Amino acid sequence: MKFFTPKMGAAIALAAVVSLGLSACSSSAKTDTAASSTEFPTANGGEVNLYNWTNYIDPEQLKAFTAETGIKVNLDTFDSNETLLAKLQAGATGYDVIVPSDYMVAQMVTLGLLENVGVASFPNGKNIDPNFMDVYWDKGRQYSAPYMYGTTGIAVNTTNAAANKITSWKDFFAADSATSVDVLKDQTEVVSAALRATGVAAADLCTVDKSKYAAAQKLLEGFKPKVIDSDGGIERMVKESSMVRMAWNGSVHRMSTDNPKIKYVFPSEGLNFWADNLAIAKGAPNLDNAKIFINWMLNPKQGAVATNFTGYANAVLGSGDLLDPAIKADPAINASPENAKLATPTPNCSTEARDLYTEVFTSWTSSQ
Amino acid sequence: MTLDLSLPTAHDDSKAPGKTSKWLAAVPMAFLSFTVGIPLIIIFVYSFLARPSMGVGVIWKLDLTHYVKIFVQDKLDGTRSFDTRYLKVIWNSFFYSGLTTVGTLVLAIPVALWIATRDPRKRILLVFLVTLPFWTSILIRTYAIRQLLDEKGVLGKIATTLGFSDNFQILYTPTSTIIGLVYTFLPFMILPIYASAERFDFRFAEAGFDLGARKMTVLFRIVLPQIAPGIIAGIALVFIPGLGSFLQPDMLGGGKTNMIANVVANNYGQARNWPFGSALSVLLCLITLVATLMISIAARKRKEAKV
Repeated sequence: MKFFTPKMGAAIALAAVVSLGLSACSSSAKTDTAASSTEFPTANGGEVNLYNWTNYIDPEQLKAFTAETGIKVNLDTFDSNETLLAKLQAGATGYDVIVPSDYMVAQMVTLGLLENVGVASFPNGKNIDPNFMDVYWDKGRQYSAPYMYGTTGIAVNTTNAAANKITSWKDFFAADSATSVDVLKDQTEVVSAALRATGVAAADLCTVDKSKYAAAQKLLEGFKPKVIDSDGGIERMVKESSMVRMAWNGSVHRMSTDNPKIKYVFPSEGLNFWADNLAIAKGAPNLDNAKIFINWMLNPKQGAVATNFTGYANAVLGSGDLLDPAIKADPAINASPENAKLATPTPNCSTEARDLYTEVFTSWTSSQ
Repeated sequence: MTLDLSLPTAHDDSKAPGKTSKWLAAVPMAFLSFTVGIPLIIIFVYSFLARPSMGVGVIWKLDLTHYVKIFVQDKLDGTRSFDTRYLKVIWNSFFYSGLTTVGTLVLAIPVALWIATRDPRKRILLVFLVTLPFWTSILIRTYAIRQLLDEKGVLGKIATTLGFSDNFQILYTPTSTIIGLVYTFLPFMILPIYASAERFDFRFAEAGFDLGARKMTVLFRIVLPQIAPGIIAGIALVFIPGLGSFLQPDMLGGGKTNMIANVVANNYGQARNWPFGSALSVLLCLITLVATLMISIAARKRKEAKV
């Protein structure tokens, strides 16, 4: 538990809250027994196909894996969970290790798209932070290992008076267009933040009560951001083209490294917590190598390398000592206990609720 | 003009010089049916199917509501009303693509005429320069334009130096989308117009001048009618693909100037509503078809008028 020692109880708090929150959600994960054999495979050359988010793993780390195990890594990238799901559902074969987010793991397990390899029983399974063991999307970690986790909050430039006053989603959506506000092109993030701003509780973010969405829509009516996108935000904040941005905490870490005037705000109504996972696609051609890769990534050293590259926290015990001090010291990543309490899992909504999200998001984007 | 009466007749001309066997055409035809036809059929079929309750894709159950949903909105207050949101997006697509066509036309005609009047060796170099942008990916070039238009970029710095910096904001506005579209499509307008202009015998223009016509008269009465086939081809190559633009509104318009492709993308992405995205795509196809027909009717009328 070195990573979470002295003043960094914050991370534990975050993880604990998250774990509680996540466990509270209904579990769709099947808990059939691990199909894996007791013997863990040993590296014997060959290759492994990794399908990951863009710019989300250190290329040097993959080289190190090949050097240590003799297994060649073929990296392919995707840009959203939906792209990943679409590929697998369309019957794409040839992917071994994939990196779905929390709610997507739950979906994929239900749809039978993941191999039940009993990740918790891997040699390095013991390194999984207990707070990330019984998550709602994969109870007992049968299908997936934790990769990176983070929150979606607000980046503000503290030299801008109006920006510096923002403490909540309500402030964020009320920000004057002269303040140059950017927002993520992500209907789940935008609409859930608007729901929170209009007083919907975290546990109720998948409500099907239309009046709640009507209120969120009304709030969004006056919200005219400068940019709606999912890339280029770091650069704009650093150059001070934009003063406020809805952003992931790891990207805010990168921003503040280049421009110390930027800080991360945990909105007072709460914010979404997300966690990405390493999982194995059903019918993976290199099943053993995929297991070896995931096990290798659960090594504390590799957890630290991943965090130092991405700027997001990991859930591998013992990786704390090896972290870049700047990451350890960043309150965006190592949240204070009060801030950590604000984080709740990204809502994993029914089709009915998601259609209401789409309705609000479509109305909003078409009124820009 | 002399009438050409020596045209080959339709009977077995496959052995005539310059003619090829129909079997050689069969390969590209098969390729096109496979890469264009089948995806179109899939999209068309999807637009009439229902969504699964989980995941993405479609289930094999007839569902005709997607087309209705383009025009009818189930509002959050429980009422139904005529939906203007998608029509507005379609209008946006027409408007931006139309402006792009006009913009590229105005820029391309002088350039094409200028290149066509250089001496032949220089022409090759100039045409080569027009195609230079194709050397790098459109994505990279759009990123570069973003840097250029940024208020903290080159243009922004010039504006600051000249002293009208307070509200310099071109990037992430509709203007920026149009600049990006005009830039992207300009070569597609220049090249066909040049191809027409190159074949034009500029002695006709000289003759016009000699007979006392003014510059504008020569341009509109002699030059433009002769290069009209190139102009029509250019309009077709710019306006029609322009309707389906995705990158420029997304990257330069700051995600705010939605064109139809952007809405289709969201339905295939986070909204996880493939059938609705397909219905919108079918609508885009129909609109494109109408636009193509209009352009080809215009082309035919021009031909008939000439005869």
